[in-house]
Amino acid sequence: MSAVRCVDLCKTYRQGDQDIKALDHVSIEIAKGGFVCLSAPSGGGKTTLLNAIGGLDIPDSGEVYVDGQRIDNLSKGDLADLRLRQIGFVFQAYNLIPVLTAQENVEFVMQVQGVAASERNDKAKEILKEVGLEGLENRRPAEMSGGQQQRVAVARAVASRPALILADEPTANLDSKTSDGLMELFTELNENHGSTFIIASHDQRVMNYAKRLVRMLDGRIVEDIDQRAA
Amino acid sequence: MHIFGVLFRLAWRNLWRNHRRTIIMLGAMGVGVWAMIFMTALTRGMVDQMITDSIGVLPGHVQVHDPDYQDDPSISNRIFVTDDEIRERLDTTAIKAWASRVRAPAVITSERESRGVTLLGVDPDAEREMSFFDYDDVDGRFLTDVGDKGIVIGRKLAETLETEIGKRVVLMSQDPDNDIADRGFRVVGLYTAKTKAVEEAYAYVGKGTAQTMLRVGDATSEIVFLGDDYRDVDPIYDAVVSAVGDGLSIQRWYDIDTYLGTMLRVMDGFVLIWVVVIFLAQSFGLVNTLVMAVFERVREIGLMLALGMKPGSILGQIVIESMLLMTLGLAVGNFLAWATVVPLESGIDISIVGDGMEMWGMSSMLYPKLYASDMVLASVVVLLLGFLASLSPAWRASRYEPVEAITKV
Repeated sequence: MSAVRCVDLCKTYRQGDQDIKALDHVSIEIAKGGFVCLSAPSGGGKTTLLNAIGGLDIPDSGEVYVDGQRIDNLSKGDLADLRLRQIGFVFQAYNLIPVLTAQENVEFVMQVQGVAASERNDKAKEILKEVGLEGLENRRPAEMSGGQQQRVAVARAVASRPALILADEPTANLDSKTSDGLMELFTELNENHGSTFIIASHDQRVMNYAKRLVRMLDGRIVEDIDQRAA
Repeated sequence: MHIFGVLFRLAWRNLWRNHRRTIIMLGAMGVGVWAMIFMTALTRGMVDQMITDSIGVLPGHVQVHDPDYQDDPSISNRIFVTDDEIRERLDTTAIKAWASRVRAPAVITSERESRGVTLLGVDPDAEREMSFFDYDDVDGRFLTDVGDKGIVIGRKLAETLETEIGKRVVLMSQDPDNDIADRGFRVVGLYTAKTKAVEEAYAYVGKGTAQTMLRVGDATSEIVFLGDDYRDVDPIYDAVVSAVGDGLSIQRWYDIDTYLGTMLRVMDGFVLIWVVVIFLAQSFGLVNTLVMAVFERVREIGLMLALGMKPGSILGQIVIESMLLMTLGLAVGNFLAWATVVPLESGIDISIVGDGMEMWGMSSMLYPKLYASDMVLASVVVLLLGFLASLSPAWRASRYEPVEAITKV
């Protein structure tokens, strides 16, 4: 069974007098454990596709399946539950809750899930160590660099071991060294934990790390490359 | 329940995210709550004193009369139960003092002036606990026994009659057969009351002397019972009903003085309205604070929704934040009220407006009363209305679409 399957997705936005086709009959299937980069110039539809897969946005037509379950017809509550239990998110910016420390941010999803305090505490410490933030557990986001904040966001995304991790432009605000570090971390987590990664980015470095590169333009998939074979 | 922990933590920390705004809001809430309780304490004190003074003058807490006395308070409508009979039957557990009196309208005449007064024939020993003045503070002396031949009048009445201690006055009334009943008395004492009106109203003579003058034998006009708290008169009432039995009118003070009884009931409604009005003024500040807090956190709320937090939890977080703010405001306000009212409970001198206050049956000292029930009422109203006021911004926050909220600039 595939981790994600999208069938004939369409999504149109109205911008002024114009209709913008963000997704134009997009179909894609991503295998479990995949490491996929959705690449497109701005407005190409990669974030819209990512949001549709993550249940953050509902397509106008078409079907979205996550782990075999159709999600485009779920209620808001059910979608929230799906995101909470099956999907980890890393956004471009403003990824963390400012009033919580690094450890509390990592624990946040687990706490909402109802994981016991001692268990989530251990898991958060372990994953923060894994992403190289040992010793920074009690820092708040404002006391950390952009790269450190993204690492905390990654730690939060993988802490509860979701099957699917979606990252939207995760390196957009990072310098090249930090970006490489983050992508190496993604690769490592993909290989060690077996989680499926789907990353929307037009950063060439990200594309280089992906096992599969899906290029989009004007809401359509124009190229789908298996980079392992290349 | 696991979600409550994270919501509480987020709400508490968000509350202190903008220290200055929170402190200003707390100050406003504290002053508002203080104003609610302080003004209520002043008004309670005023009404309390008005009632205590009024029913402490003569009415007592429960009274017994002839059934027709209310319509015609003359000696014709007298009662024949003797003190010994009552003493024998009365359960005095709830009763602080009681006394029977002869009470009749009369005219008092000095060699210069005449005035209408209420003649009170009293037993000085029984009356001591119920008197609105201290016998030892009487100029001259108070009556010594029921057969005392002297008369004690108020200082103001003495001025009006242009008489003084040692001079003679004549009291004139009617006996049960409507014949003139009069007698000369020597003024033996002048009492001082909290109001001039009271000083002009009552003339005290010995009960036996009054009975003889009015030719009523052992009969009296009223029997008055006093307890410890005018708000709790039912135990006294029950004891009096058992002791006196049928055929007589037994009334609680608020049945006799309906104005005061109504005032006491109206007071409770007034306090509630006052508290609600003050809070409504405050609620604008509260709603504004919450709307600003929500507006500043749109992306953060979007993030939490994207991560899988349910809209209901977002709503709960904002409501908890509002409740925390109000709880702190209530703590500040209640403390301020306690700290300012308690030192004033020994009395505020308002003699500068004493004449005006006398119109309302009040003395020139105001004693604020801080009731725990009023503090609880203010707190419950603030929390309840605050909860309702916070629902709108909280609802708005919970309705955000995660994608739109996250990308909000």
